[in-house]
Amino acid sequence: MDLLQQLTQYAFSGLSTGAIYALIGLGFAIIYNATGIINFAQGEFVMLGGMLTYFFQTVVKFPAVPAMLLAVMTATALGAAFERLTIRPLKRPTPLSLVIITIGGSIFIRGISMLIWGKDTHSLPPFSGSEPLTLAGATIMPQHLWIFGITLMVIAANKFFFYFTISGKAMRACSFNRTAASLVGIDVRKMVLLSFAISSAMGAMAGIIIAPLTMTSYDVGVMLGLKGFCAAIIGGMSSGFGTVLGGLLLGLLESFGAGLISSGYKDAIAFIILLLILFIRPQGLFSKAQTERV
Amino acid sequence: MKRQVAVVAAGAVLLFSLEAMAAGTIRIGALFSVTGPASFLGEPEKRTLEMLVKEVNAKGGIKGNKIELFVEDTQGDATKAMQLATKLIKNDKVVAIIGPSITGDTMAIIPLMEKEQIPLVSCAAGVKITDPVKKWVFKTPANDHVAGEKLLDYLASKKQKSVALLTVSDAYGQSGREQLKALAAKKGFTVVADESYSPKDTDMTAQLTKIKGTKAEAIICWGTNPGPAVVTRNVRQLGIKIPLYQSHGVASKKYIELAGLDASDGVTLPAGKLTVYDKLKKSDPQYKTLSEYDHAYKKSYGTEASTFGGYAYDAFELISEAIRKSGSTPEQIRSGIEQVRKLVGVSGLFTMSPTDHNGLDLSAFEMVKIVKGDWELAK
Repeated sequence: MDLLQQLTQYAFSGLSTGAIYALIGLGFAIIYNATGIINFAQGEFVMLGGMLTYFFQTVVKFPAVPAMLLAVMTATALGAAFERLTIRPLKRPTPLSLVIITIGGSIFIRGISMLIWGKDTHSLPPFSGSEPLTLAGATIMPQHLWIFGITLMVIAANKFFFYFTISGKAMRACSFNRTAASLVGIDVRKMVLLSFAISSAMGAMAGIIIAPLTMTSYDVGVMLGLKGFCAAIIGGMSSGFGTVLGGLLLGLLESFGAGLISSGYKDAIAFIILLLILFIRPQGLFSKAQTERV
Repeated sequence: MKRQVAVVAAGAVLLFSLEAMAAGTIRIGALFSVTGPASFLGEPEKRTLEMLVKEVNAKGGIKGNKIELFVEDTQGDATKAMQLATKLIKNDKVVAIIGPSITGDTMAIIPLMEKEQIPLVSCAAGVKITDPVKKWVFKTPANDHVAGEKLLDYLASKKQKSVALLTVSDAYGQSGREQLKALAAKKGFTVVADESYSPKDTDMTAQLTKIKGTKAEAIICWGTNPGPAVVTRNVRQLGIKIPLYQSHGVASKKYIELAGLDASDGVTLPAGKLTVYDKLKKSDPQYKTLSEYDHAYKKSYGTEASTFGGYAYDAFELISEAIRKSGSTPEQIRSGIEQVRKLVGVSGLFTMSPTDHNGLDLSAFEMVKIVKGDWELAK
């Protein structure tokens, strides 16, 4: 295997893990944009997507597609319930208490899942075959193409929702100025609920399409959530291409870091980049700094 | 009045305990992490021990003495292990303790056991439990380097002398990595790649691509599920033709299920004999023990016996053998275990000595190859 082929493979590996991070990162970005909350329980909804599909498909023995739909629906309902029961009852929500609540929520969801489904890791069958595809001397799995495709679809749907529907526009209005939004008759609480439902659904979907590759267990949410969060930070919390580029960049850094420098420092390289971005460009790599207008 | 009741009660307790002693009971304690993160170890250990004690008592006990078992749950917490060990020794007056399930708990209670002079037969795998040797402490699982040595001997027989290591960055993987590197240097292997991954990583193609570019003749992956399953899938995805070896940490059907039938085909690993006992020759000294244990466990609990339960099995057998041969005081049990020669257990043949408190050798493992989703003895 010559160097060029190796480099191509690193690029492919990086892009395919990066797409996973991007998809998870988008879930963070949506809630943040609608509510200003960073939902640290987002990773758990990714886990729920995979585990619920496993549950409906292998334990209840539904066919694949209905099992996935049911999993997304259940996770969406749980996401809405999460907002209704933990975020909304807060009298004076401060960023710190919201962070602590979502972290607490994630520990709770993880614990309950462990009690229900046990600690075993489970695998799910791939959507379309397990024969690797060869492109320019490097290989990827068909499932990676599904991940790329669905990520693109999600971005398109997001753009459409936020710019061309009344609810989407109302949600953006809430993120700009809550008080003003409620003055013009937007039900802010409903919008917050909706944003949690949407991002849970997206998290679950991400969990479902990556489970055939990465396998799933009650505790996969932590690391995936963290990586998705990094992707969103690098991308400046945008709910569009910024986060996607952030995710891909993170994936590429990891894979080239592991391949060319040392696999022992793989995670360290990624997190150092994250810290640098937070220090130097806290608004993200791809967006202009916001200026406060007085 | 109150006082009289107390006196009568005390008398009754004394009478009953005297009676119990007269009937000849041997009190054995056990500390397992039945709940908590290491419950996958503690649960089968507890079940195995309870099954064995029931069996022995039904047959009239050891030399006519019934066994009374006290099982406590450490929850994998060293502080709890310490409290419970004290309780077993002071309140329950046990003559020996089996367990704990994990190395941390075991290390925590070793000073207590040495001070109280009660023999401990640990079910944890850490090398430091019996190295250096402590007078009152034994352990039944084989050391990691025994599995590593078995594996490298096999590679030497296949003339695969340059190896690539891919180890998980947790305690298990890093201890395996140290042992393998030391053994490889001693046995004349060349380590051409030394890569690692995090326990929760979901893609190892970068590391494997790097390995593919080296002159490795064998890839050794050292970890516990799910990492090794991901590695196995990635090896197939990249079309790597270098033979893949795994550690005994994945010697279960779960690994084959996770890695998939196609990808796991041909993977070779050292495994405890319980995994493949039905493939062993009937003349193998362990065959009868393994088969009986597996059948009895299935009958009692409806699931397959695991290697972990085997650790408790061996601990109980060591103690019973010592009681049969020398007697049932703590000192007699301790010296009795030290004199055990070629005792057939689940993990292997135990030959203890004052300088070896583990007693297992290379014969504890068998090289197995995965063929069409099942184990076969590797030739």
